[in-house]
Amino acid sequence: MELISQHAKKIMEGCKERARAAGLSFQDESLEYIVTNRDLVELTPKVMIPTLYDYWVQDVEVLKEKGRYELYPSNPYETVINTRPPISYYNDNNPDWLNVMIFYHVIGHIDFFQNNIFFRHTWDYDFTSKALSDKRLIAKLRSEKGRWVDYVIEFSLAIDNLVGYFDTLENLNQTRQGGKQSLLDFYFDVFLQKDKGGTTKYIKEIERYNDLVHRVPDTAQEQFINAIKLKHPEFETLYEQEQKKQKTRTNIDLLQFLMEHSEFLKKRENQWMLSVMEVIRSTGLYFQPQIRTKILNEGWASYWHETLFLRDDRISGHEVDYSRVNAKVTSMPRVGLNPYALGMRLFYYLEDKADKGRLLFDYDRLRDREKRKQYDMESGAGRAFIFHIRENYADSMFVSSFLDQEFMDLHKLFVAGKRLNKERMTWQYYVKSRKVADYKNMVLGSLYHPPFIRISTGDNNTLMLDHLFEGRQLVRDFIGPTMMGIEYLWGGSVELFTSEPSEEDGDAMAGSDETKLVWQRILYTMNKKRLSRKPVNEVLKVW
Amino acid sequence: MKKMLQLYADAREKGLTAEQESKIQCEIRLAEQEAAGRQSHAFLPSHKPARSLYEYTDLLHLQGDNEGGSLAFASVHSLEYLLERDALREKDGFPRKIRIGKIVKPGNDGDNKIVVVPTTVEEKFIHDNIRQQQEGEGSGEGEGDQDGEGGAGDGEEGEVIGEQPVHEQQGGAGGAGQGEGGNHEIESNAYELGRVLTEQFRLPNLKEKGKKRSLTRYVYDLTDKNRGFGQVLDKKATMRRLIQTNISLKRITPEKPIDAENLLISPRDRVYRILSKEKDFESQAVVFFVRDYSGSMGGSPTELVVNQHVLLYSWLIYQYENQVETRFILHDLEAKEVEDFYTYYNLQVAGGTQVSSAYALVNEIVEKEQLERDYNIYIFHGTDGDDWDTKGEKALPELRKMLSYASRVGITIAENNYSTTGRSEVETYLRKSGLLEEKGDLLRLDVLKRDSNEGRLIEGIRALIS
Repeated sequence: MELISQHAKKIMEGCKERARAAGLSFQDESLEYIVTNRDLVELTPKVMIPTLYDYWVQDVEVLKEKGRYELYPSNPYETVINTRPPISYYNDNNPDWLNVMIFYHVIGHIDFFQNNIFFRHTWDYDFTSKALSDKRLIAKLRSEKGRWVDYVIEFSLAIDNLVGYFDTLENLNQTRQGGKQSLLDFYFDVFLQKDKGGTTKYIKEIERYNDLVHRVPDTAQEQFINAIKLKHPEFETLYEQEQKKQKTRTNIDLLQFLMEHSEFLKKRENQWMLSVMEVIRSTGLYFQPQIRTKILNEGWASYWHETLFLRDDRISGHEVDYSRVNAKVTSMPRVGLNPYALGMRLFYYLEDKADKGRLLFDYDRLRDREKRKQYDMESGAGRAFIFHIRENYADSMFVSSFLDQEFMDLHKLFVAGKRLNKERMTWQYYVKSRKVADYKNMVLGSLYHPPFIRISTGDNNTLMLDHLFEGRQLVRDFIGPTMMGIEYLWGGSVELFTSEPSEEDGDAMAGSDETKLVWQRILYTMNKKRLSRKPVNEVLKVW
Repeated sequence: MKKMLQLYADAREKGLTAEQESKIQCEIRLAEQEAAGRQSHAFLPSHKPARSLYEYTDLLHLQGDNEGGSLAFASVHSLEYLLERDALREKDGFPRKIRIGKIVKPGNDGDNKIVVVPTTVEEKFIHDNIRQQQEGEGSGEGEGDQDGEGGAGDGEEGEVIGEQPVHEQQGGAGGAGQGEGGNHEIESNAYELGRVLTEQFRLPNLKEKGKKRSLTRYVYDLTDKNRGFGQVLDKKATMRRLIQTNISLKRITPEKPIDAENLLISPRDRVYRILSKEKDFESQAVVFFVRDYSGSMGGSPTELVVNQHVLLYSWLIYQYENQVETRFILHDLEAKEVEDFYTYYNLQVAGGTQVSSAYALVNEIVEKEQLERDYNIYIFHGTDGDDWDTKGEKALPELRKMLSYASRVGITIAENNYSTTGRSEVETYLRKSGLLEEKGDLLRLDVLKRDSNEGRLIEGIRALIS
């Protein structure tokens, strides 16, 4: 792995200048490396982080068939990694014009990493240096504890998708806003909502408050709260209760929960495990936003490499070469979902829409086809709007908010189905649906989505996990081994409540009506490395 | 279908328990669906030829790196070292984690390339992508993703836009196989896998390896049929097609004489014979792999049986130093021989189950080709244990006959969802017959639970062959 030549670096710096001028924002420094295939062999198992800790699974091929990206929310072929300074990788034989295009793409990614709020928790430190110290820590522990370090890594990795990613983001956001909910917020956001007075009362109260602020700006809040306290003596108690509830509500980070509450890990001889677990947890958290912003991130980078490349004065004469590569990257495949293409098209589409003012209600209400076609407010707000999206959205929001039938028709999108032609022994692909609802479902269904599991404890040091049913079951083969790891770290038996399609004779045998699945709550218990499974009627908690 | 109902009636006369009856009815129902035009299917829906959303990456895409250039894993340690480590896990009280990934194919052209890679699974709580009905068990659901995939371009709803051979994408032939045709560092053949199995998993060596003699040759023959183009027109078959087409176009009506001038010929009506390479070789052992492919076998039983057969096959190839001939037989109510492992692996129909049909076919082949004289004969049968011939009245005599010449008959029962442990028909009548004791050196039985893993399969092989 060596740095790119001074010549190439100069090109990169030129790209940065032009990108900045176009409105992208990112830090000054960046590192660019040339990688050979040999480097890649070492880098890919470490998901492109050169300093990631060692682990034997990196030496073994990992079976990929089942939910590969659900399992590994990180990309082994990433060009840019989100570090400080950001590091990017290149082939050593790229011609200059191609490098310009790739540099712009990379800059797009860097801008996205450093501005999209889903990456908020990665902004304040350099992951490669952290990873390096983690790697040393694990190497040191391994020299003391031998293969037991690997067991702890293994068992922690088994639950590293259950980290409280959104909690982490929320906490960061809250500290920015100054911590906990104020009495006033509580009154309007919680207390009044439960009041039976309805909207009228709510509005009246707001008016009353605003009026007070108008009259006595300095003491308005205090006066207002005191009046409430007089009127509702229970107000303060309710507030305290709510604060406590909010604190305990988010028990969904299994790794953190184990680290804080496991008796087994509290034992003196086991305390070293905590450091290993924390390494896995923070690494897991670091990788979370990447996969949740794949369409946006690639779309954003593709949008900018196209926009900036075509404007760049340095590469004239290579337009044809460029368009060949660009077409390969950003064309919609006949069958399949290309995030570069989909994301880029959505950005262009939304920019155009915002430019013409078509995001407004007036346009939405318009039914006349011709008028819709010609609708143009010339607001020129397109650029600003897509910058807003790159800052505030993740894939699921992006797709569900902005995919519409117009976009589908514009780009001739469809949902492709697949069926077997028995005679020719081939799979036939066919156009299944051109409706936006189906397409949206298909895209949303293929997005990364780890299960949501709530944690509590029961009698006899039992750890209880409650899987929120979202219409899908967990991969059954994985339940046992995962629970075995949790049992080890918890030091007591573990129960998992989840949902599976009913297996009753009648249903399984009928086999005729596939749409009617009867879901059933199932209780898995892992006790002393033995897994048992039984259907339950009661629900542990009401969701 | 008629035959099926007839058999059902016969069986009912002989008396069935309620459970047996419901099983049979279930299979009939599945068969009816089949007849009503539902596609039978290969059951591996997880392979996606189209790239999914997250398979697009900068390095591969933007910089035009080909995937082959960079491996998905780096094998720093040797296979032996990793397996050694894995063995330590058992000592520490955790199940083994490294599996022997295997098998690309016993190819059509006799090129038995099998890839051995140490593989592992990192288990987590994740959502199952396929909304399954017990892994499609019994059901005819062919589409893996109910939501479908993305696509762009022209075409009406319902229009077929392309096709892809089933075989190609079946890069790995097992649940524990390799990914989608990815590259692997350690490439070897079935022989190698057999060696690993023998050495690492301490499978026994065969005592007597038999005489060493081998002759392999190819003959070319116009045996394969192809529609649309080819070397020699098969007039009879073409005629048959032609008439079918015209009947469905209503150009032929039964009462009226046929006016040949008026018939339409679709290009696909022409059936040709095409030249194909046939392997004709002699070897020391012939192995019959017999598999139940009835409706009840869908999903995990099939996977278990086939995986075990693959391992067995590899082991035998090692033992016989490649001089093994394999025959693949599938059966539901009727048995048929199929050409290659792919078909053997993939085919699934929804039909009833009659074990005797398969045994009879094996006997017939052995007799006709006089295999008994020159070969060690191994027969491995995988089933879920259902048999409409509930008492084994037909199966047992055939089995007895088989035992008279076979070096080993191994029966694997992979339990399906419908049956209760240890109570499948085949198991019951086998145990009752006393053959297991009487011919204990020749006949072995292995019963697999539906959640059996690789280790258990290898365990089973040991039981079947030792």
